[in-house]
Amino acid sequence: MVISHALGARIKRREDPRLITGRAIYVDDLNFAGMVHVAIVRSPHAHATIRSIDTTAARRAPGVVAVWTGEDVKARCGPLPVGPRIKEMKAPKRFPLVIDGVVRHVGDPVAAVVATTMDAARDASDLVEVDYEPLPSVQDPEAALEPGAPILHQDLGTNVCFRMTYGGGNVEEAFAGADVVVKTRIVQQRLIPAAMETRGVVAQYKGGELTVWTSTQIPHVVKTTLAETVRLPEHEIHVIAPEVGGGFGSKLDVYGEEGLVAALALALGRPVKWIESRRENFIATIHGRGQIDYVELAAHHDGTVAGLRVRAIADLGAYSQLLTPGVPTNTGLMCCGCYRIPNAHAEVIGVFTNRTPTDAYRGAGRPEATFLIERAMDLLAAELKMDPVEVRRKNFIPPAAFPYKTPTGAVYDSGNYERALDKALERADYRALRDEQAKLRKQGRYLGIGIATYVEITGLGAVAGLSGGNWESATVRVEPTGKVTVLTGTSPHGQGEETTFAQIVSDRLGVPVEDVVVLHGDTRAVPHGVGTFGSRTTPVGGSAVYVAAEKVKDKAVQIAAHLLEAAPADISTDGARFTVRGSPERSVEFKDVARMAYKAYKLPAGMEPGLDVTHFFVPKERVFPFGTHLCVVEVDPDTGEVTFRRYIAVDDCGNILNPLLVAGQIHGGIVQGLAQAIYEGVTYDDEGQLLTGTFAEYVVPQATDVPAFELDHTVTPSPHNPLGAKGVGEAGTIGATPAVVNAILDALAPFGVKDLQMPITPRRVWEALEGNSASR
Amino acid sequence: MGHRISVTINGTVHEAEVESRLLLVHFLREVLGLTGTHIGCDTTNCGACTVLLQGRAVKSCTVLAVQADGREVMTVEGLARNGQLHPVQEGFFEKHGLQCGFCTPGMMMSAYALLQQNPNPSEGEIRWGISGNLCRCTGYVNIVEAVKYAAEKMRATPAAAELERS
Repeated sequence: MVISHALGARIKRREDPRLITGRAIYVDDLNFAGMVHVAIVRSPHAHATIRSIDTTAARRAPGVVAVWTGEDVKARCGPLPVGPRIKEMKAPKRFPLVIDGVVRHVGDPVAAVVATTMDAARDASDLVEVDYEPLPSVQDPEAALEPGAPILHQDLGTNVCFRMTYGGGNVEEAFAGADVVVKTRIVQQRLIPAAMETRGVVAQYKGGELTVWTSTQIPHVVKTTLAETVRLPEHEIHVIAPEVGGGFGSKLDVYGEEGLVAALALALGRPVKWIESRRENFIATIHGRGQIDYVELAAHHDGTVAGLRVRAIADLGAYSQLLTPGVPTNTGLMCCGCYRIPNAHAEVIGVFTNRTPTDAYRGAGRPEATFLIERAMDLLAAELKMDPVEVRRKNFIPPAAFPYKTPTGAVYDSGNYERALDKALERADYRALRDEQAKLRKQGRYLGIGIATYVEITGLGAVAGLSGGNWESATVRVEPTGKVTVLTGTSPHGQGEETTFAQIVSDRLGVPVEDVVVLHGDTRAVPHGVGTFGSRTTPVGGSAVYVAAEKVKDKAVQIAAHLLEAAPADISTDGARFTVRGSPERSVEFKDVARMAYKAYKLPAGMEPGLDVTHFFVPKERVFPFGTHLCVVEVDPDTGEVTFRRYIAVDDCGNILNPLLVAGQIHGGIVQGLAQAIYEGVTYDDEGQLLTGTFAEYVVPQATDVPAFELDHTVTPSPHNPLGAKGVGEAGTIGATPAVVNAILDALAPFGVKDLQMPITPRRVWEALEGNSASR
Repeated sequence: MGHRISVTINGTVHEAEVESRLLLVHFLREVLGLTGTHIGCDTTNCGACTVLLQGRAVKSCTVLAVQADGREVMTVEGLARNGQLHPVQEGFFEKHGLQCGFCTPGMMMSAYALLQQNPNPSEGEIRWGISGNLCRCTGYVNIVEAVKYAAEKMRATPAAAELERS
């Protein structure tokens, strides 16, 4: 759908030319004279007391400039943020290096070695002698809840970080009066976000200004936080997110290394660089998911759901990071999915374990919510011998019910879940697929059809852990020559807003897209910002651009009217030119209006010079994209191998600003969701050693591992922002995991297999079938 | 201990004294400042550092700089000539074959090598040809489309494309 000449158009990305020619600058591409390099010594133990650290040999090694331990950090750095303050939350303080003599996960940073080259720093880091006394560790979040479990943070006296409950109605009564109850226990395995660029930080203190280049999704938050961490006035800190090679939530954090490298630059008076190795990335950058969900769904014989009970135990890892508690609480909020469930109760418990901390990873709590309700709906369908489609249809929140408040407290803005479902079914020719499935089963071939109907929540703003409210800023600045500069507080890193935001401005002002440049990720260029995460960039950040552009246009019309000696109401514009209605000869060009705005000798009385508006957009409410994913697989019962036959995604993200980019977001999202279903999973041993420590063991899909996708849309604009957009960055991931798992379990239904642990590898399928071989 | 090496990179001869352990990717990035070639892992899995060595796609994190002595290397910086994008680059641009762009240089070099060997690859052959390169953003769908686009364009105008570039 093309909304206007610019919005909704398939416009190629304006960021691409620098990226396809090797001219883009990522953090590791920065080099300054006199720059020194940091290697970090990390704990090899999941839980241990540091008896002593001997840095003598390291200090003497060639090229070494400094070696820091917790003592140095204690003297120079304040704490790092530890998450949104939620009720009765117990979160330990975090610092750039361990300062209390206890390491709590493999990868916990113990010391930093600074040398003139990276190789020298890494060589010398091997010479730092740390004497550890291993402590009992706890890996499993349920075990961490048991009395007598090793306690990670002695001062808290418990491994429980927080408990939250969500819900409404009368769940006990609903279950007592129900005809059927289905139950399941779901293990949401940990995932590694694995952005292709690892993290990296360069810092330089020069001329009274600390400049920090960091691979982050939230440069402004990093700036505000660094002021406290390195104890420098905030206006002396300049943070730049240069080209950022993917994030997926893993760079939505303020990490210790940002403070550490900044503090080193201040102390040493030299530019300092730290580039995370991939092995470090797997143990020192946050993991995603990590939840155990007990789910009970009560229903009547006709398939009507009466009640839902969820107990979610979240494996937070060793510390609370910037948004850690906000992830599983999303699961509590969103667990009712697309369904009218009058009685629901969710308890969410966040638990510390001796593992890498978890935090937001693409979807951040909504994939877990969608998975649990979509699996439960399939289990209910199987129990009642109903088609999974019909069970869903029966329980959908109807279009007339919006805005709809779930018993867990979410207020869905708009939706038409059945329309998206129908579109997917039609495209798939669902009846024919079911017929084919029946026919193939007779031949000993196992086709599976999986459906997931999801609703998710986007436009999340700055919760308390961040620096402000749920807003985003934009400046639209018309230069005196009529060219336009846009400053956005979002920090895109692959999403393409240099293109879509130019489209918004082009749509509002009528200037060509080529005349608009979008700047981001630099706290000196962009006054304020929150960042890019939670699929908020377009609905919140884009809306800020939209409103700022509208205000610019209003001012331009007033100036034009004044120049043309007409009333503003009588001015029409096509973007290039302002004209007095009915008098085509009385007109002035846009660029001349821009020039006059700055020359300022002929402005309406009382008007300030300039054509430059900054707007902070605060969405009225959050917005709720939805859709249906339908996956068709064939499972080979002899090998357990899953082959994709078709994958259909019908997503509704409201109005679409650029279909090319929306498709890209959905493709990538689906692959990450599909990967959780069958490929990816973090494995630790009982001692807390990460067994999936490289790309050789942790299976990020290759091109040969995944199919192509058939995409379609329905369009239900959001009423909560002027673009009517809902955000699409995470939808693919949220829809894909349950669609794929439901497909595999549908294929295996004849064998009596009801549940399989993700990732559903051929081995797991094969073992399940061996265990059920009697039923074959 | 230093070694004197001479490597032709994107048509230009570069001579340098290098340590035995210096990797080709570090030679390109640190010594020559050719930062278009990226490093995404430390186990030769991700392919972000892919370049051509004597016309073959190699992961430059697993080649020592001394192994490139006397040889020809082509990097992403060598794809476009005289301001004219190579069809592979054009394909990635046209088909939205990149998002964050970090894997893109290596991905394009693998695609380039594939198309040199197989000017008309099937979808399966394209997927196989780039299977040594990880992309976390695109789900590969549009990368496959980009390579198809490049293949078509190169088949349609092989002589013209080469002439323009020479």
